[in-house]
Amino acid sequence: MSLDSSDVQKIAHLARLQISAADIPEYAKNLSDILDLVNQMQAIDTADIEPLSNPLDAVQRLRADITSEGDLRDKLQTVAPAVERGLFQVPKVIE
Amino acid sequence: MFEKTLTELAKGLDAGDYSSVELTQAYLDRINNEDSRYNSFISVTAEQAIAQAKAADNRRSAGDAGPFTGLPLAHKDIFCTDGVRTSCGSKMLDNFIAPYNATVVEKFNAAGAVCLGKTNMDEFAMGSSNENSFYGPVRNPWNTDCVPGGSSGGSAAAVAARLTPAATGTDTGGSIRQPAALCGITGIKPTYGRVSRYGMIAYASSLDQGGPMARSAADAAMMLNVMAGFDPRDSTSLERPVPDYCAELNQPLKGLKIGLPKEFFCAELNSAIAASVQAAVKEFEALGATTQEISLPNTGLAVPAYYIIAPSEASSNLSRFDGVRYGHRCADPVDLEDMYKRSRGEGFGSEVKRRIMVGTYALSEGFYDAYYKKAQQIRRLIRQDFIDALQQVDVIMGPTTPHPAFKLGEKTSNPIDMYMEDIFTLSLNLAGLPGMSIPCGHTAGLPIGLQIIGNYFAEAKLLNVAHQFQQATDWHQQQPAGLYPATHNATEAS
Repeated sequence: MSLDSSDVQKIAHLARLQISAADIPEYAKNLSDILDLVNQMQAIDTADIEPLSNPLDAVQRLRADITSEGDLRDKLQTVAPAVERGLFQVPKVIE
Repeated sequence: MFEKTLTELAKGLDAGDYSSVELTQAYLDRINNEDSRYNSFISVTAEQAIAQAKAADNRRSAGDAGPFTGLPLAHKDIFCTDGVRTSCGSKMLDNFIAPYNATVVEKFNAAGAVCLGKTNMDEFAMGSSNENSFYGPVRNPWNTDCVPGGSSGGSAAAVAARLTPAATGTDTGGSIRQPAALCGITGIKPTYGRVSRYGMIAYASSLDQGGPMARSAADAAMMLNVMAGFDPRDSTSLERPVPDYCAELNQPLKGLKIGLPKEFFCAELNSAIAASVQAAVKEFEALGATTQEISLPNTGLAVPAYYIIAPSEASSNLSRFDGVRYGHRCADPVDLEDMYKRSRGEGFGSEVKRRIMVGTYALSEGFYDAYYKKAQQIRRLIRQDFIDALQQVDVIMGPTTPHPAFKLGEKTSNPIDMYMEDIFTLSLNLAGLPGMSIPCGHTAGLPIGLQIIGNYFAEAKLLNVAHQFQQATDWHQQQPAGLYPATHNATEAS
């Protein structure tokens, strides 16, 4: 399994990661090596095996839909990169 | 006092030999004087520590002290600490002052423990050498040219260097057990769901589990008594009663059935480690245990399955770091996409980027069945191996790592080499089973770890088995040379 530079660029875009052009060949090599490693799995017949997502086969616990915390907005926004009037600020998205 | 275990320090506090403030100040001074050699702490929280110690001393005077009141420890910098930077070893969170406490932190605070600071780690817990930290590598106290292991490398090194009597860690693929082995300390990864993941920054949510890192099994049991328990804030927390992990430490091991997986004694295993593990097994036989060979036939598939499941979950979990609500934001973004891409490109280190990309690829359209689903099917096969084996034996033993601590830089150029260091630890996370590492020997001046694996919820049994070994041997009491340079007051070591 071998990924080329355009594959890496596509994956990086999907993951919203900026990768410098100089680093792309090394990522292509590393990712190809990792895919070679994980492809050892393909030799195993797993046709009748149920996938395991939780090691204890537990199912998601539900709770009543009630408020458990007070208003923490000011505290949570103290670590925000940009805030205005209690709102998170981002670059303009609508012209 | 730096040679005393938590158990001994608790007795000293009870007897009034020293106050928690005196104990805490002594450790803070030691960190201040010595940690430049190891880089095991990212943040030292001196002011908060002294305040907590004063409160603990007051609690003791009021007759309200519990077993952990006044005892110092350090938290891996993956656990959110209200009002204190929680970086997760990443530039992404270098400016992140956590606005709340992780449940583990909350529980130690409620028990009256004193947090000395936050320990160094591989970025977002991705690594086996602690070389992936934004804050620089940690050095192994046994040989400062060597790595301490990872990702909880700062916690392991700090305990080994006697900069803290104990520390918390987390283990997604071996991140408690592997550094514990490489630094000659005791660490336990509990059953998945035993310790709350709330406020523990997520790497791979179906694998992540917090646990104790300490000088002895008895100390780890004391810590687990504080850490374990159901938490409604963690959706995969176990709703099961928590036993007293200290209660069964002294049970004799007569009749204990130990399984030795033949796949763990493979060609890749360093011969000195194989010999030390065999010698430890002999010691258990002398304590009344019996041994038998077992097989975990799918062991070789653990690394491939892990390196799909963990990166897939990571790519999803780490999508929250987008420069909007917290964490690093790039300068002057031209639009939203530019902000996401540059904030993440600048904020994440190369191993984190690699794993996010592997996960993104594995989960992308057309590849899901071949990778993610396949890995989850293999995961079931690996778990079944353990379930079958643990019907024949009480515990499984083997090496924690294939090699002792390696040199800084030795494995950084090839990610696959680094991944193979976790071949004996990853499978437990896939199966969700508890496992621990305890010191059982040395080679070329570096510690060797014995891994002990138990059935689901069998933490008390593992701690009992480890404690009995530590009553009969002194590997866990050995310490690196040069911990107390002559320029400092040597009597402090007593």
